[in-house]
Amino acid sequence: MNRIDALFNRKKGDILSLYMTAGFPELDDTVRIISLLESAGVDMIEIGMPFSDPLADGPVIQESSQRSLENGMSLKLLFEQLKDIRKSVEIPLILMGYLNPVMQYGIEKFVSDCKEIGIDGLIIPDLPLHEFRVDYKSLFDKNGIHMIMLITPQTTQERILEIAELSGGFLYVVADSSTTGVKSGIAEAQLSYFKMIKEMEIKVPRMIGFGISDAETFQTACSYANGAIIGSAFIKSLSGIKDSGLETVIHRFVHSIRSTN
Amino acid sequence: MKHKGKFRADEKGYYGPYGGAYIPEMLYPNVKELEDKYESIIDSEAFRKEFSETLRDYVGRPTPLYLAKRLSDHYGTNIYLKREDLNHTGAHKINNTVGQIILARHLGKKRIIAETGAGQHGVATATVCALAGLKCIVYMGALDVERQAPNVRKMEMLGAELRPVHSGNKTLKDATNEAIRDWINNPVDTHYIIGSVVGPHPYPTMVARFQSVISEEMKVQLSEKTGREFPDYIIACVGGGSNAAGAYYHFLDNEAVKLISVEAAGKGLDSGMSAATSTLGTDGIIHGSKTLLMQDEDGQITEPYSISAGLDYPGVGPLHAWLGKSGRSEVINITDDEALKAAYLLTRMEGIIPAMETAHALAALEKQSFAREDVVVVNLSGRGDKDMDAYSNNLRNDISNE
Ligand SMILES: Cc1ncc(COP(=O)(O)O)c(C=O)c1O
Repeated sequence: MNRIDALFNRKKGDILSLYMTAGFPELDDTVRIISLLESAGVDMIEIGMPFSDPLADGPVIQESSQRSLENGMSLKLLFEQLKDIRKSVEIPLILMGYLNPVMQYGIEKFVSDCKEIGIDGLIIPDLPLHEFRVDYKSLFDKNGIHMIMLITPQTTQERILEIAELSGGFLYVVADSSTTGVKSGIAEAQLSYFKMIKEMEIKVPRMIGFGISDAETFQTACSYANGAIIGSAFIKSLSGIKDSGLETVIHRFVHSIRSTN
Repeated sequence: MKHKGKFRADEKGYYGPYGGAYIPEMLYPNVKELEDKYESIIDSEAFRKEFSETLRDYVGRPTPLYLAKRLSDHYGTNIYLKREDLNHTGAHKINNTVGQIILARHLGKKRIIAETGAGQHGVATATVCALAGLKCIVYMGALDVERQAPNVRKMEMLGAELRPVHSGNKTLKDATNEAIRDWINNPVDTHYIIGSVVGPHPYPTMVARFQSVISEEMKVQLSEKTGREFPDYIIACVGGGSNAAGAYYHFLDNEAVKLISVEAAGKGLDSGMSAATSTLGTDGIIHGSKTLLMQDEDGQITEPYSISAGLDYPGVGPLHAWLGKSGRSEVINITDDEALKAAYLLTRMEGIIPAMETAHALAALEKQSFAREDVVVVNLSGRGDKDMDAYSNNLRNDISNE
């Protein structure tokens, strides 16, 4: 069974997923950070594939991507780094990035490499629904890899249902109309949006992301969905941290999110 | 009115394999609203009246189609210049911004954003925002802000808020990213006036329609001056491709008209410093469109180079990717030096100082042989005021002995 499905079967709430940029802060930190996140008790990880032009990202993730590319990261190298990841890591792993590098790598090869390594899902925000359905879906299904789709507060109810139908693993509920890491906190209007989604009785699990940065926002998100995703706040805590410091920083960060007050 | 044909986009915005709307869901409602509404608005009587009156009384259209006699003698053919340089603000860019600002008002938008490279589109946007009394924010790469001081000052005087962009390479590509991010963060009250036939559907089609006034006028002017409604050649420079799209528009389906698209070869095709997207680029996704772009083997978008700031865009509009691939257009590459020479030649022979972008189109005349009776139209996309520093710095080339 796909590890994402297994996770949501086993655990219904308070699921914590963290976003990290591969090859950041240092090129060879990727695997170490994944392992440390797992040992700190994170339920799922989104591994960012850096891109020169990340349209949906705010300054924090943009800078980490640029840094990673300067460090020498590429998709090819990322797959090499992750080659043996399933010997040590058990939690679901998701690759997140933009369509262009994936296209250049070759979509067939990309999917088969993902499968071989043990990647469970993909988030490619600039792959449109129609093109996904027509050109890509059967390839992903055949290889047992979930394509996780996004909805936002501006998405119409009708379209939410259409997206939820296609989204594999879970539905990514973008908390606010924004790029990543730009707005923080959760406003009143967002709560009614979360509530509406919750009441729609969507079949796939829901994870809330964007603007989730601490224990309080995590708890709020978890009361409306199966869990939440944290990106920019985590990346920010990593910048400037050298190898020996990583373990402390990561454990402290995850602990701070999980602590209930 | 919608046009159909092999070189028109289908309902999803594809020209052949190129185009579409490769955008994150956060942008979907904005783009969808535009897609759903723009055609009925711009086809309405009210819109068309306001658009054509503004082009006539404010922009100064129609622009002349001028038979350049000395240049024609020099090349042994008949060369007509479509004088987009005589538009208000000095280039074709304003045709598009006039159309989009009227559209934005019909859509009820209160806030306008735009990207700019050299500042031409930024100035054209700031101008129509002043005219319409709408708030204007222009994103411009921090490097370009330094390089294009005169246009920066114009935008400021026009009341636009200029936001220097420090991400990526700090140039046009990054300014476009930042404008798109702004739109994601302001989905309700904002209209994004994109500057060329690039970006997600429906932008390439919409901008081409606003620019199509160029070839609409050309048809009438050609029959008055030559007795035929179409030329043998149309030559235009291509950055994103909006002036070329406008000049080609009404001739796309008439294959007797040869279309010559001129891209910037910078310091040479092999130099690693060029913007020759159609020749050196490969298929990919940039700014929401599937098209040809300059990228490395890992799919990271690379920084183009040209002496002309309006041509150094790493992609090209999907229409042009398709025209090139299908063989409908011929793509010619022109280096910095060739463009400079052509700028001086036009200036000395006709008393017209062209924009550096346009100089690339003019240089293509050197590379092509024409029959005596051919009718050749060069789209003179803009004037050279903004390029005087570059021209003076390079005035070492002596062309007076030609
Ligand atoms: C005078 C002039 N011509 C051409 C261009 C290139 O743009 P496009 O290819 O969209 O016409 C520019 C862009 O700034 C310009 O200012």
